[in-house]
Amino acid sequence: MSFFGLLARNRLALAGLVVMLAIVVLALVTPLLPLADPDVTNTADRFKRPFEENVILGTDHLGRDLLSRLLWGGRLSLAVGFASALIAATIGSAIGIVAGFYGGRTDNIIMRGVDMLMAFPYILLALAIVAALGPGLINALIAVAAVNIPFFARNIRGVTVSIAHREFVDAARLSGMGDARIILTEVLPNVIPVIVIAMSTTVGWMILETAGLSFLGLGSQPPQADLGSMLGEARSALITNPHTSIVPGAMILVIVMSINLLGDGVRDALDPRLRSGALSRPMPNTLVRRKEPVPETKNSALLALSGLKTQFHSNGRIHKAVGGVDLRVRSGECVGVIGESGSGKSVTALSVMGLVASPPGVITAGAANFAGQELIGATYETLRRLRGDRVAYIFQDPLTALHPLYTVGEQLVEAIRAHHLTPKVEARNHAIGLLKSVRIPNAEERFDGYPHEMSGGMRQRIGIAMALANDPELIIADEPTTSLDVTVQAQILSLLSDLRRERGLAIIFITHDFGVVAQLCDRVAVMYAGRIVEEGPTHAILNSPAHPYTARLMACVPELGRGRRELAAIPGQPPVLDRLPEGCAFAERCHKAMEACRAGDISISATAGQRAVRCIDPKFRATDAVR
Amino acid sequence: MAGYILNRLVSAIPVLLGISIIVFLIMAMIPGDPATAILGSYATPENVEKLNRDLGLDKPLVQRYFIWLGNMLQGDFGRSFSLNRPVLHEVLERFNGTLILAGTSFAICSILGIAAGTVSAARQYGLADKAITFAVLLGISIPSFFLGMMMILIFAVNLRWFPVSGMWPIYGARDLSSLISHLTLPAMVLATVATGVIARLSRSAMLEVLRQDFIRTARAKGVRERSVIWRHALRAAMVSIIPVLGVQAGFVLSGAVYVEIVFQWPGVGRMLVDAILKRDILLVQGGVVFVAACYVMFNLAVDVAQSLLDPRIKT
Repeated sequence: MSFFGLLARNRLALAGLVVMLAIVVLALVTPLLPLADPDVTNTADRFKRPFEENVILGTDHLGRDLLSRLLWGGRLSLAVGFASALIAATIGSAIGIVAGFYGGRTDNIIMRGVDMLMAFPYILLALAIVAALGPGLINALIAVAAVNIPFFARNIRGVTVSIAHREFVDAARLSGMGDARIILTEVLPNVIPVIVIAMSTTVGWMILETAGLSFLGLGSQPPQADLGSMLGEARSALITNPHTSIVPGAMILVIVMSINLLGDGVRDALDPRLRSGALSRPMPNTLVRRKEPVPETKNSALLALSGLKTQFHSNGRIHKAVGGVDLRVRSGECVGVIGESGSGKSVTALSVMGLVASPPGVITAGAANFAGQELIGATYETLRRLRGDRVAYIFQDPLTALHPLYTVGEQLVEAIRAHHLTPKVEARNHAIGLLKSVRIPNAEERFDGYPHEMSGGMRQRIGIAMALANDPELIIADEPTTSLDVTVQAQILSLLSDLRRERGLAIIFITHDFGVVAQLCDRVAVMYAGRIVEEGPTHAILNSPAHPYTARLMACVPELGRGRRELAAIPGQPPVLDRLPEGCAFAERCHKAMEACRAGDISISATAGQRAVRCIDPKFRATDAVR
Repeated sequence: MAGYILNRLVSAIPVLLGISIIVFLIMAMIPGDPATAILGSYATPENVEKLNRDLGLDKPLVQRYFIWLGNMLQGDFGRSFSLNRPVLHEVLERFNGTLILAGTSFAICSILGIAAGTVSAARQYGLADKAITFAVLLGISIPSFFLGMMMILIFAVNLRWFPVSGMWPIYGARDLSSLISHLTLPAMVLATVATGVIARLSRSAMLEVLRQDFIRTARAKGVRERSVIWRHALRAAMVSIIPVLGVQAGFVLSGAVYVEIVFQWPGVGRMLVDAILKRDILLVQGGVVFVAACYVMFNLAVDVAQSLLDPRIKT
């Protein structure tokens, strides 16, 4: 969407723009309006109230017409505010660009000076400058512009530094362009949006500051008056005739507020990070909006997912991340869920306990039954009591998954005490026991360590210890070994395998690695484009994959000691999740695809030996697919 | 830790020197002759020359700077000609008043701003968020001198809840309760803008943090949502909020000028404005350097607080 489109969509910013435009137009036409002379005093008509004898806003302490003074004063305040913003932006940006573009010593010296100026309390510096130059509107303007220069210099320098070493600048340099030309034609156009943002967020400030200096008697001098000095003069009559204060004060408020509204709008429209709406926080639970009837689940297993659909709704698009998943996990069983990135395996795992970030995530259909309890659509408190107590998670990246500012001990103790009223000492002992059970050496010392002091493998052990804290029945491990070194991966896998045997844990293991599945899982489900395409006992599927996608996926895995074998990447790309094709989502990339594959939904059908596959022509051996 | 503090203290020295140079240079820009300003336009040339010699103004700029700096380091900020007393005595006395006002305001804006920003982020797009966002917009758009005047009109003149101005009652005991009743309105007014700015930044810092993986971990652990917000998220957000508090302390300290004028509060800001209007340069110079130095020291304390909060900072 275009900049102006975005701005117009933001209703508050639009309101600010309208008010601002109205004020600017009013300021421009003020000399043409049939107003009384703002400076003509008439002491006989002092302190007239608004609407008294045809004076719309009344008169001030010298009998001057307030409406006229307000418009002339507003005009002056606006002019001074914008002028100082323009001066500060021009000089500050120039300094910032020079510092950022040349870098090195130039940068160092300039930025030291800027930091020095920023070490001053803002208004104090303006006061010192006015003290030196003497009171007066132009001097106040200079002072306010001067104290804002460091702000622009610092912001613009930062952006320039990031641009100065980009390819197009290097290219310009190689083509023999001079520095001045590079700055003007290559750097400046890229910096301008930032200058605009910085200006739009500071103009309001500068109007306030110049008005403030005038209020103190250091800005505009009588009889000339901007809004600030009008307020300053009215102050002595505040109690007897408050309208003389309220009129200019309210005007400043309206001007600054409309500018701030507009400035926020401009910033939101220009800042690409805010544009995508990425800055919205996930709610404690995934949103559930089920329109279809909820499927009945008769659950003999520990966890049964049926018809689970999770989507991401953003910017008017719907990404069908999970498009109807059925999965059963029995007590003590380890089920692998395997697929490429974007296949919906992690989203499936997070949907179970309502941990999919929402917005944008929405669960639109399906049910998840855990030990007789329905999870999808359950209240927050129901889910919270189960989370970490009976169903625990292990996440992919242990560095980001642990809180950086609490010790691992504190985080473990918290996991325990979130569900059990354990006294602190007992919880501590239990936590140290957990650390030992995941084979962390010097558990007592590590208890007081922070995550950043540990290695990746160590951190993931902490993550596992945390998942074990309350002896859960089910652990959902979301690619727990993906971010680790291969040797560490093997350690973590054998640890999980041992723990599982000792404690009778059920595990859902999300991965994209067939090797991991083979080592750990009893059964495996293969996901593609948000649906399970094949499911069955691990050894059966590894020996003879029935779905062409499974076969292709396995062919991508290099094997040690198997001599030279052709590695076959799967041709094409996975389908886009907001425009899934009709029929089999893999048809586009499948070498066996036929007419019937693209016509209508293909259901998952059971084949011999507890296996199920979503393909109309599943029976062939793995070796055929590779060739 | 002690080493870290010492390190920060040493690194503050060039900043303090830079501040003194900037102030000195600004004051040296003053057109005209301070001696004439002091003695008035009817002074004889001999007297002007004698005063210039007494004040050391006949010496070169660099030498004058070092004399001024040396004197300041010995606690001699010069003598205010408009008040006819040592600058340092006046500044210290007035700074006391500013410190009470600005300190209270700073406490108000920190607590209120962080709380409002946190609630706002936790209830993003909800009613509380909208109300806070609007209040914040109003708060950062209203000139503090206008707000102060309106507060006086409403709460002091009409409702008579608080005194109109000053720091102490003219008659009566100078006890804590009378100080609080005098302090309430100006402290609130001074805190308004900073509260808005802090609330805004806290909100966006919280939104940033709430999207992080460790928040999902906390939720997956079954930690209560209240604890997720106020313990996990806010603690992490504080790392980016605290530097903002440091900057806002500067705004509160110098924004006190307006509030001191409106509420007739005996503080440094009002003293500075009077001194500027009377062109009492030594008083301005001394006051500005003193307050700026205090601000540098405060920011140093902020850095130390930051390092205590974030174990990842090497101390």
